[in-house]
Amino acid sequence: MAVTHKLIQTVTVGAGGASNIDFTSIPQTYTDLRIVYSLRNTNTSVIAEIQFNGLSTNLASRLLLGSGTATSSVTSSTTIRTYGSNPSDYTASVFSNLEVYIPNYTGSANKSVVMDFVTENNATAAYLGFSAGLWSSTAAITQVTLTVSGGNVAQYSSASLYGILKS
Amino acid sequence: MKKLVVDCSTGITTEVELTAEEVAQREADAAAYAAELAEREAEATAKAEAKASAVAKLAALGLTEGEVAALLA
Repeated sequence: MAVTHKLIQTVTVGAGGASNIDFTSIPQTYTDLRIVYSLRNTNTSVIAEIQFNGLSTNLASRLLLGSGTATSSVTSSTTIRTYGSNPSDYTASVFSNLEVYIPNYTGSANKSVVMDFVTENNATAAYLGFSAGLWSSTAAITQVTLTVSGGNVAQYSSASLYGILKS
Repeated sequence: MKKLVVDCSTGITTEVELTAEEVAQREADAAAYAAELAEREAEATAKAEAKASAVAKLAALGLTEGEVAALLA
């Protein structure tokens, strides 16, 4: 049976944290990309954002979320945004789950992104939701960058990049 | 300040010092986030104050706590 779901690279953040996690020189031999993150921010923000090919332009997103007490939506005309990073004031040593799926990443059409996420907290407030993103570019994706707002990606956060083949 | 770079062609992960431009961008992003947070908090405070004011006015009109709660539900 053909391997249709292959781990390309995985990384765990070391002591001191990192400003962002970059997957570079992504092979152009798959149909789709899937990235699974386990995240914690050194800042009190839940926001985690994705960029492509080192560019911060032509990005947009809309996310739908629940906070434990309310539901809401957030629209951005400049970023691909999720609320998928555990902030520093959540329960210690606990990390979020964030999954990013990028279909047809080598194509010449604009790139869509689907994300789902959940933060973990031993309290009422915690976020879960979905986010849809758009990068208006004809370029193939060769680099994916993840950043968290206001701080660094904390030690022991991790990211795994998978290549998806249709058959 | 360093970023984590995973080169998928070699499998090598390196910690790379941010350039001055990247540091400046991060500082701008952090400032924008702080402003956004302050704006959101101000909106939440204004909304809570408006709600409290409405409740007080309804109570002054003679509505019971239960009636006010029913209106706000």
